Amino acid sequence: MGCDAEVWAACERSEQERERPRCDATGSHQFARPLRLFAGDAAAVASKDLRIEWRARTSLGQMLPFAVLVLVLFGFALDANRPTLRLATPGLLPMTMLFVTVVTVQRSVAVESADGARRMLLLSGMAPAAAFAGKAAAVAVQLLIVEALLIPGAVLLYDAEIESIPLVLAACAAATVGLAAAGSLLGAVVAGVRAHQTVLPILLLPVSAPVLIAATRAFADSFGTVAVDGWSWVGLLAGFAAVNAVVGAVAYGPLLEDT
Amino acid sequence: MTLPEPEGASVELPVASYLGGPARTGSRFTRWLGLITLAGLAVVAVLGLLAVPADDVQGDAVRIIFVHVPSALGAYTALGVTALGSVMWLWRRSVWWDVTAHAGAEIGVLLCGLTLVTGMLWGRPTWGTYWEWGDVRLVTTLILFLVMVGYLSVRALGGDADSVATRAAVVGLLGGINIPIVNRSVNWWANRTLHQQSSLTDGKLEDLTLFTLFLALVVAAMAILWMMVHRFRIGWLERQLQARDLERALADRRAEARP
Amino acid sequence: MGAVRLRGAVVLLGGFPALAGVDLGVERGEVVLVRGANGAGKSTLLHLCAGLMRLSAGQGEVLGCDLGDDRAAVRRRVGLLGHETALYGELTAAENLRLWARASRVGEADVPGALEMLGLPPRLRDVPADRLSAGQRRRVALAAIVVRRPELWLLDEPHAGLDSEGRDIVDTVVSAAAAAGAAVVLASHEAGPAGGLATRTVTMAGGMLAEEPGR
Repeated sequence: MGCDAEVWAACERSEQERERPRCDATGSHQFARPLRLFAGDAAAVASKDLRIEWRARTSLGQMLPFAVLVLVLFGFALDANRPTLRLATPGLLPMTMLFVTVVTVQRSVAVESADGARRMLLLSGMAPAAAFAGKAAAVAVQLLIVEALLIPGAVLLYDAEIESIPLVLAACAAATVGLAAAGSLLGAVVAGVRAHQTVLPILLLPVSAPVLIAATRAFADSFGTVAVDGWSWVGLLAGFAAVNAVVGAVAYGPLLEDT
Repeated sequence: MTLPEPEGASVELPVASYLGGPARTGSRFTRWLGLITLAGLAVVAVLGLLAVPADDVQGDAVRIIFVHVPSALGAYTALGVTALGSVMWLWRRSVWWDVTAHAGAEIGVLLCGLTLVTGMLWGRPTWGTYWEWGDVRLVTTLILFLVMVGYLSVRALGGDADSVATRAAVVGLLGGINIPIVNRSVNWWANRTLHQQSSLTDGKLEDLTLFTLFLALVVAAMAILWMMVHRFRIGWLERQLQARDLERALADRRAEARP
Repeated sequence: MGAVRLRGAVVLLGGFPALAGVDLGVERGEVVLVRGANGAGKSTLLHLCAGLMRLSAGQGEVLGCDLGDDRAAVRRRVGLLGHETALYGELTAAENLRLWARASRVGEADVPGALEMLGLPPRLRDVPADRLSAGQRRRVALAAIVVRRPELWLLDEPHAGLDSEGRDIVDTVVSAAAAAGAAVVLASHEAGPAGGLATRTVTMAGGMLAEEPGR
């Protein structure tokens, strides 16, 4: 059944039509490819990850409750003291984002570890930088979903008052990209290692210190708790995001191949 | 088609290329270096503890700079060495640089720890507190310490030597690039630094104190060099040992082929 | 230009010489069966030819691309069926193949045909891969190779977990690929199954190859 010459012929298309990769195009070939292909590969990887997470209901079913739980627990830790909570909110939000990043990245690593699926990324021949961009983008989207709940949650639970919505949005976006980039790269560092769940936070949290500091300051400005220039802190967040995205794009290839 | 029969053990192993080198960690150079360093340490101890007068403001606490400043400079140098070695491994797959990066990280953790402990001990009598969040260099050094510890924990993951090297190199690279961002962010965050801006050049230090400090720096550089060379040689010898085991393993493996 | 050229290939896995000096030449249109006991190094050999491993010593060339510098090009041009099927469990068979086709820069149009060729019933195409049986997953993984239509097929235990119909399908697909000019390397610990398909059989033991006597 199904295996006769007709089907074969239907599948068979002239070999000339097909673009055959050549090995003389080495070295820079990954970057010499048109940006469109790069973006297409990245989008394919990202939508793959998001589709998997959607089916597994991880974002809705686990990340969101986890984030809310952290918010509530901070409330207990700070003794339900409203003035203290209001003062601490700009720092509690990035803290929660950091924790959620760790959990999300661990999921993102687990998706590739099952059944040797990571080999697909390598064998497909797509640029490793595109695979990295896709993985990081999927993490970023999930983080943004969680933040969309976190910020209103802080307003409701902690009585925070947002003075500048654009500043909050910009800080969230820049911090998210930075966390997703650094997290996805370090997730690849520990992929395939038995102790990866414990090693990832040890690696990610110290490197993310600038995100915590800068996002705290930017939120402090937008919540009006401290008089600082929030936008310059958004600049620092963007710098962190750019640097870590570039390092990730460069280092992802060796990681995929060696581990 | 048939290729010629394999010529038994004629296969040339790349590992053989680093089978060379001294079979011990000491050499005439390092023995002399060690002796001079020891003598230098004795001189620094005598000068620093006895000859140098107590500071007008800081009192006897000033003597801690003879340990604190050299170890701080050494810690950041070690970070630089690790970051450079990481790049060279990722770029050129240089085993020499990989071993160097590992040596740099181990010594860097030691020096970071020393910097933090001496800094805190000095801070107590001088600032009235062991830990001052407002101090940029102290906070940055703590983050650096945590990043280096993360690097070493990746080194300890085990598994294939090359894959561990790649994982660690990405952490070393990411750490090396992010530490300046950490420094920048802490600097902006706490623009109330208590740190001695430049004890060396503000002319407030006694001539003898200054001389002792420079001597301490020179001696510390020699001590760090001595440690680097020895730690490097240990790493190199480990690789040699693996290479020797490999020849045996290869012979054993080939023996399986004979019925 | 041969499909595979290995000369004294040594591959170390965590210090263990999985391949201890392999010499192998495979031409296009050939179907080479690599036989050997468990742990002989067959899977490592296929992974090496797929560009997934670094050579620790020796030289190698696959489809004219060097296994030292051009592994990325090699990976784009081969099809590998390993022990693991490399499918995302939450995605359906069709989604897995479409993603693969897209990343491999081949049309997604071939996906339904390939699945049909491997005899996966249409009702199973849109079922998450982790709900398929082991044999069905292997058929999907083989369909992924068909979609890519590579110049070198590397199949590790191609008959493992398949029923007799599945085995016949694999044999047909493999002979068709060889007839179309692709080179095929099969690895199997059994003497029987894939034997009829092979134009040549080599034996592997202790990480080394020996030509089958009196082939």
